[in-house]
Amino acid sequence: MNAPLEGLAGANDGNALELRGVTKMFGALAAISDITISVKPGERRAVLGSNGAGKTTLFNCITGDFPATSGFIRFFGEDVTAFPPYERIRRGLRRTYQISSLFAGLSVIDNVYLACRGVSRNRFSLLRPRRDDALVHAAEMLVEAVRLTAVKDRLVGELAYGQQRQLEIALALSGAPRFILFDEPAAGLSPTERRDLVGILTSLPSHIGYIIIEHDMDVALRVVESVTMMHNGRVFKQGRPDEIENDPEVQELYLGGGHD
Amino acid sequence: MALVNQTQGQAAITASAPRQNWLARVPGVWWAAIVVLLALPLVANNFWLFQIMGWTFILGMIGVSLMFLAGYGGMVSLLQMTVAGVAGYMVAILGPSGVTSISLGLSWWVVLPAAFLIAALFATVCGALAVRTEGIYTIMITLAIAAAFFYFARQNYSVFNGYSGFNLVLPPKFFGVNWREAVPFYYLSLGCAALCYCAAVYISRSPFGLALQGVRDNPRRMAALGYNVTAHRIAAYALTSVFASVGGILLVWQNAQIAPGTVGIPSAIDVLVVAVVGGLRRPIGPFIGAFIYVILQVFSPDILSSFGFSTERFKLVIGLGFLAVVLFSPDGVLGLWDRWRAGRAQATDPLTGAPK
Repeated sequence: MNAPLEGLAGANDGNALELRGVTKMFGALAAISDITISVKPGERRAVLGSNGAGKTTLFNCITGDFPATSGFIRFFGEDVTAFPPYERIRRGLRRTYQISSLFAGLSVIDNVYLACRGVSRNRFSLLRPRRDDALVHAAEMLVEAVRLTAVKDRLVGELAYGQQRQLEIALALSGAPRFILFDEPAAGLSPTERRDLVGILTSLPSHIGYIIIEHDMDVALRVVESVTMMHNGRVFKQGRPDEIENDPEVQELYLGGGHD
Repeated sequence: MALVNQTQGQAAITASAPRQNWLARVPGVWWAAIVVLLALPLVANNFWLFQIMGWTFILGMIGVSLMFLAGYGGMVSLLQMTVAGVAGYMVAILGPSGVTSISLGLSWWVVLPAAFLIAALFATVCGALAVRTEGIYTIMITLAIAAAFFYFARQNYSVFNGYSGFNLVLPPKFFGVNWREAVPFYYLSLGCAALCYCAAVYISRSPFGLALQGVRDNPRRMAALGYNVTAHRIAAYALTSVFASVGGILLVWQNAQIAPGTVGIPSAIDVLVVAVVGGLRRPIGPFIGAFIYVILQVFSPDILSSFGFSTERFKLVIGLGFLAVVLFSPDGVLGLWDRWRAGRAQATDPLTGAPK
C-alpha cells in the first residue's frame, strides 16, 4: 500500500500518530523544529537523516521522555502532548532504545515480565505471580519469539550484545502494542542477526504500525512503505522508499552518491 | 500473544524448572540456623536472649527496611530509625506509660494499628519529599528529616515529653504472658524478625518488588514500560515503614522506654552501618550485620580494657570494623560469604565434582 503521504494538518481523523508543529528546544538550540507528520494505523515508516538530524529527539518527544517545547502530539486521536511517558505507553505506544536500555540486575524473563506487567493492572501487587499467570505465559512466549529461551534465566548484564538487542525488541512487543518506535534496532548486529531482525519486523501483525530509525538502507527500505527524511531538525522529504532512494537531492545530502 | 506459535511457548514453560516442593529447596545451612535459633533458650542465659538476640532481631528488622529501599530500590534512606521511632513514640503516647499526664492509655488493639498507620503516613510523606532527589541528595534530605524529628521530639513537651521521653512503656499481656521476660521476648522478636524476613524475600519477587528493582536499574526505561516511577518509589517507603515499625515497637517494649536519643543521628547511622556491614543484596544481610554490631557494641568495652584502652572508646572498634568490611568487601559480610562459596564451587572439578 503505497498511499501518498499527506503530512498535512487537518487530517487528524484515523491517524495512529499525528504530530503538528512539534519543536524541542535545548536552551537556544532547536533539536527539532516544526515537525508535522501523520502516520496511519498499521503504517510502517522509516525516519532517515544524518547524525544530529533530530531523529532520536523526535522519538523522545513522541514518547514523552523529553516533553515537546511546542506543538502537539495525538496518539489515535487523543491529545497526549502533556501526558507523562507511562500514560502514553499504557495507551499502546512502545519504543526501543538506540543504546540498549534494560535491567542489568534482573533475568531475561523478569525483564520481559516487567514489560508485560507495566501495561496491565496490579503493578503494585505484593503477591507473587502463579506459574499459570497469564502474564508469565505471555512473557515466556515473547522470550521465545525473540529466540532467547535458552538464556531466559540469565542476568541481562551477562548477555551478548546481539541478545540484548533482541531483548530490547521483546520489551517493545509486550502487552498489546498499537504503535512502536524502533531506534536503530540493527545497530551493531551481525548480518545473520540483521536477517533475523528483518524477519521479526516483517512478521509483526499488520495492525501494528511502527517508525524505524535505521542507517542501514538494506534493512530500512525493506521493512517500510514510507520514508521521512530529516535534516537539521526539520522534515526534508517524505515519500515512498523508491522515490526517496532515487531523489537527487536526497542522494546529494544523505546517500553521498556511493552507498553500498 | 498473537506474535508466536502457541505450542512453542507452552513447550518452553514445561521444559523449564520442574515444580519442586519448596521445603526441599531450603538449603541445609538454613535448617541448621532454624534449629539453633529455636533451641537457643535451652542453652543461653537471659542476657544473651533478651539483650543480645532481642536487640539483634530489632536492629535487623529496621535494617531490612533500609536494605529493601537501598538494595532493591536504590534509595539510601537515613530515615528508617526515625520511622521506627515514630511507631515507638505512638505506642508510648497512645498506650499506657509512666507519663500519665500525656499517655492516653488506650488498649493495644487501637494502639498497635494506629502506630503502624501513623508511621506509614510519616514515611509516605517523607518518601514523597525524598524521591525527588537521587543518590547523595536522598541521603542528605533523609538525614535532615531525621535530625529535625530528633530536635522536635526533644523540644516538644506537650506530646513527646521532651528530653525525658516516656518510661514504663510495657507490652500488653497477650495470652497472660509477660512478654518482657527473656524467653517470651526472645521468641516474640524472633517470630517478628522471621516474618519480616520472609515478607521481604517474598515481596522481592512480586510484581511490586520486581518493578522496584527495575526502577533501581533503569528508571527511564520503567517509565517507557508504563510504570509511574515516582509512585513506585513512594510506595516503597510506605511498605518498608512496616518493617521499621515492628522493630520500633519491639525496641520500646524491650527498653520499656523511649526518648529522643532513640531516634538521634547516631542511631540513624547505626542502622546504615548494620545494613552495609551485613550486605544490601539480600534481606538476610542486615540480620547478620545487626548480630556483628550488637556483639561488638556489648563486648568491645571488655576487649578495649584488656588492651588497656578506655572502655568509652567502643565506637572506635565498631568504626574500625565498619572500615574493614567496606574496604575488603563493599557488599558486606554477605558478599564475603558469596565469594567464599563461589571459590569453593570452583575448587571442585566441573566434570567429576572431585576436589582438584
